[in-house]
Amino acid sequence: MEICELTAHKLHNLLTSKEIRAEEVCLAVFKRINQVEDKVKAYLSLVREEALEKARAVDRKIDRGEAISPLAGIPVALKDNLCTKGLKTTCASKILYNFVPPYNATVVDKLRQEDAVITGKTNMDEFAMGSSTENSAFQKTCNPWSLDCVPGGSSGGSAAAVAAGEAICALGSDTGGSIRQPAAFCGVVGMKPTYGTVSRYGLVAFASSLDQIGPFARDVTDCALMLNAISGHDSMDSTSVPTELPDYRNALVEDIDGFRIGVPAEYFAAGLDDRVRRVIEEAITVLEQRGARVEETTLPHTEYALSTYYIIAPAEASSNLARYDGVRYGYRVEEAEDVVDMFSRTRSRGFGAEVKRRVMLGTYALSAGYYDAYYLKALKVRTLIRRDFERAFEKFDFLISPTTPSTAFRFGEKVDDPLTMYLSDVFTLAVNLAGLPGVSIPAGFVDGMPVGLQLIGKPFSESTLLRAAYTFEQSTAHHLKRPPLTGEVK
Amino acid sequence: MTRYEPVIGLEVHVELQTASKIFCHSSTAFGGDPNNHVCPVCLGLPGTLPVLNRNVVEAAIMVGLSLNCSVARFCKFDRKHYFYPDLPKNYQISQYDLPIAYDGYLDVEDEDGQPVRIGITRVHMEEDAGKLLHQGTIATTPYSLVDYNRTGVPLLEIVSEPDMRSPQEARAYLDKLKTIIQYTGVSDCRMEEGSLRCDANVSVRVRGSDTFGTKTEIKNMNSFRALQKAVQYEIERQIECLETGERIVQETRTWDETRGVTLSMRSKEEAHDYRYFPEPDLVPIVISPLWIEEITQQLPELPDARCCRYMDAYKLPAYDAGVLTSSKELGNYFEECVSLYPQPKTVSNWLMGELLRLLNDTNSEIGEARVRPAQLAGMLALIDKGTISGKLAKEVFEEMFRTGKDAQAVVKEKGLEQISDEASINAVIEQVIADHPGPVSDYRAGKERALGFMVGQVMKLTRGKANPGLVNRLLKDRLG
Repeated sequence: MEICELTAHKLHNLLTSKEIRAEEVCLAVFKRINQVEDKVKAYLSLVREEALEKARAVDRKIDRGEAISPLAGIPVALKDNLCTKGLKTTCASKILYNFVPPYNATVVDKLRQEDAVITGKTNMDEFAMGSSTENSAFQKTCNPWSLDCVPGGSSGGSAAAVAAGEAICALGSDTGGSIRQPAAFCGVVGMKPTYGTVSRYGLVAFASSLDQIGPFARDVTDCALMLNAISGHDSMDSTSVPTELPDYRNALVEDIDGFRIGVPAEYFAAGLDDRVRRVIEEAITVLEQRGARVEETTLPHTEYALSTYYIIAPAEASSNLARYDGVRYGYRVEEAEDVVDMFSRTRSRGFGAEVKRRVMLGTYALSAGYYDAYYLKALKVRTLIRRDFERAFEKFDFLISPTTPSTAFRFGEKVDDPLTMYLSDVFTLAVNLAGLPGVSIPAGFVDGMPVGLQLIGKPFSESTLLRAAYTFEQSTAHHLKRPPLTGEVK
Repeated sequence: MTRYEPVIGLEVHVELQTASKIFCHSSTAFGGDPNNHVCPVCLGLPGTLPVLNRNVVEAAIMVGLSLNCSVARFCKFDRKHYFYPDLPKNYQISQYDLPIAYDGYLDVEDEDGQPVRIGITRVHMEEDAGKLLHQGTIATTPYSLVDYNRTGVPLLEIVSEPDMRSPQEARAYLDKLKTIIQYTGVSDCRMEEGSLRCDANVSVRVRGSDTFGTKTEIKNMNSFRALQKAVQYEIERQIECLETGERIVQETRTWDETRGVTLSMRSKEEAHDYRYFPEPDLVPIVISPLWIEEITQQLPELPDARCCRYMDAYKLPAYDAGVLTSSKELGNYFEECVSLYPQPKTVSNWLMGELLRLLNDTNSEIGEARVRPAQLAGMLALIDKGTISGKLAKEVFEEMFRTGKDAQAVVKEKGLEQISDEASINAVIEQVIADHPGPVSDYRAGKERALGFMVGQVMKLTRGKANPGLVNRLLKDRLG
């Protein structure tokens, strides 16, 4: 296996035993980027020189005999909605095409403190709205397993970069499945932590009550290392939890004997690709063989999750995106009659179709006379959905389901039909509505395309999820496969 | 006017004097170069999040308590949306359905001096917006600039019930509200600097009616006087409408100070739909009884209580006590002076008579007065000692007010020392007797009034410096 295809924990061992230098690792990743980026198009911007400089600084630390952190010298890619001081942060939107933040997101500072090597900013659906990364204003990212398929979204660039060896790990954000769904499509591990585990400061908001930053990694161990690095209370984010969080490495135990696992019937209903179902059933068998007790359960309000999500998320988005008006930063139309005209033209031209669709949906849902019928009702259903999970967790340690109803679809297949596109997140949305942790891990393949297994836990039970995921991973070899980077680029 | 009854409610915004803004660490200092007191958070840059300043909550609770409000055990922030370039997020973080304090009141007096209780609907916290700078007027400027220094400065919005029935009552309410808030120390309430802003809701109805008329909201009143004038104008305008059978439109109107009229800004139909919803970036605020108790302990003595104390402890008339406690600093001035010169009514007379008149003449405030309480006390002692006469003391005090010098120094400089030396006064008396034989014989013939004339002549010749009591006695002796 090539250097750029190794895991962070393996590279860490090689670095500390001085079998490899951080600069070499960095060069290997950038070499891979040079080789495949014109096919994958995972990145919106790259910072090769800064990355190499950071890698060499890590090498000097090692040379001085200093201890290095687990992510020191590890090339990490960042979704382009994470603010990076002095480095363009566009959210893949024309309206922020030139926005250079004067501050780092808290997670970026944390990664820098760990001496991680930032490679660049990855492509995404505009403002994280989408499930295929086709809504990027700038480029389409291809799925490394089949270049004519989408990588999923909205964190498609980060998922593809990790899958293709263009980064060792990456960060994404997950509002309704935007980490787990592309992780499933690209055959990598992707985790959405419990709401409040990771600071949202510096994450350009889509839907504040649902957004959560999380890692992409090649295996569960790397996922735990990344989570260790980015989680924890932040005084800059009032919604980040003030409690002490565990060292997630302690969760990497190969033992789920006696764990009670619930399988929600609603997640295996119509719409699920039969071949995906079979892969998930095999995964369940593996878990049972490791001593877990698997039982069917029910989450009765599941059918309302999608419509609830598509009220709450757009409502918050319509508010969060109001600030993009051309006054202070970003894109502004040249010609305007007055300030209202400038607002209107700037936003009409600066936002893409899907963003405008959601801003209008959300504006409508919050309007006088409609608030009670839509937004308030959605909040109530959200509570019911949360209670479904609470009830299930009285009996089960965690729940499992397919991450997505199908494997990665082809470009253009759903882009003209928003509702079909929205349905590709049908198994992941409810987790955000309930604020729960969820992780997608490689569970097998259908026609050479990866299938993701989703584990859903109680609030702040990331350790349980990681332990189960780790046990599953140790019992299977899906995570060891690397994509062929073949297919026809469209 | 008598057929109609005005109904007035006020919405008052008060800027809190916390060191930093409501949701970030930027300074709240007034003025400064444009866009110097800003940071990514108050500029609403992408990805930034608000974090609530605890001092703002404490100030809000303090104001709520001093306005006799219930303090919410649980409240939250909401987003209020409207597009305007001085609002960096195009929404304002405010409180909608769960304000921090509610159901309060304050007591004022109506024109006849009768007590009136004005209900306070709610007190809520919100962030201020920035300021647009135009070249000339907004209508003709080729471009506008924005200064975000004020963005995120904490505000309290205090909404009254529609309980006021005249412009004078509205003015009295605003005066009282300002006084109370100044007492709490959370704001300086300077309407001219914008740290206190007031909008008025005005309607009129036929006296005796139990339903309200259609109301208008009046904005852009920049002084207490403007409030009173604008409300007066609007009442008259609405009555005129009713009298001529015209329909009153529910709308927002702006006060044009130079023309002395209110003008239509926007109708109800054009009003914003603010699309309020709970601010997801902030957690709800839980206020424990213990916290409320702690703040109650910190509450200073408020004007009404102080007024009672002045009547009680200093035996001042209600009018004096009311005037002296109408500003925290005036009350402090009074108390300091009385502690050095323990004759409250005398001190009160000097403060209400001379000091307030001089402050008013020079358009200055008590904090700026150069003459300090100890100096006034010193001057009053000089009167008692007979060094200066009460009449001359006014001249001395004016000089002290102007220069900040002690009474003693002013008296010396101006040669105003009272003449209490019998020989000197007798010499003057002899001259007056010689010059005015008529009054002398009048007096001797039993016309007591003539004595007053003679005293006046002595005072005139001594340029008011002679001790009047002594003059009186010596004259009587001499003529007796």
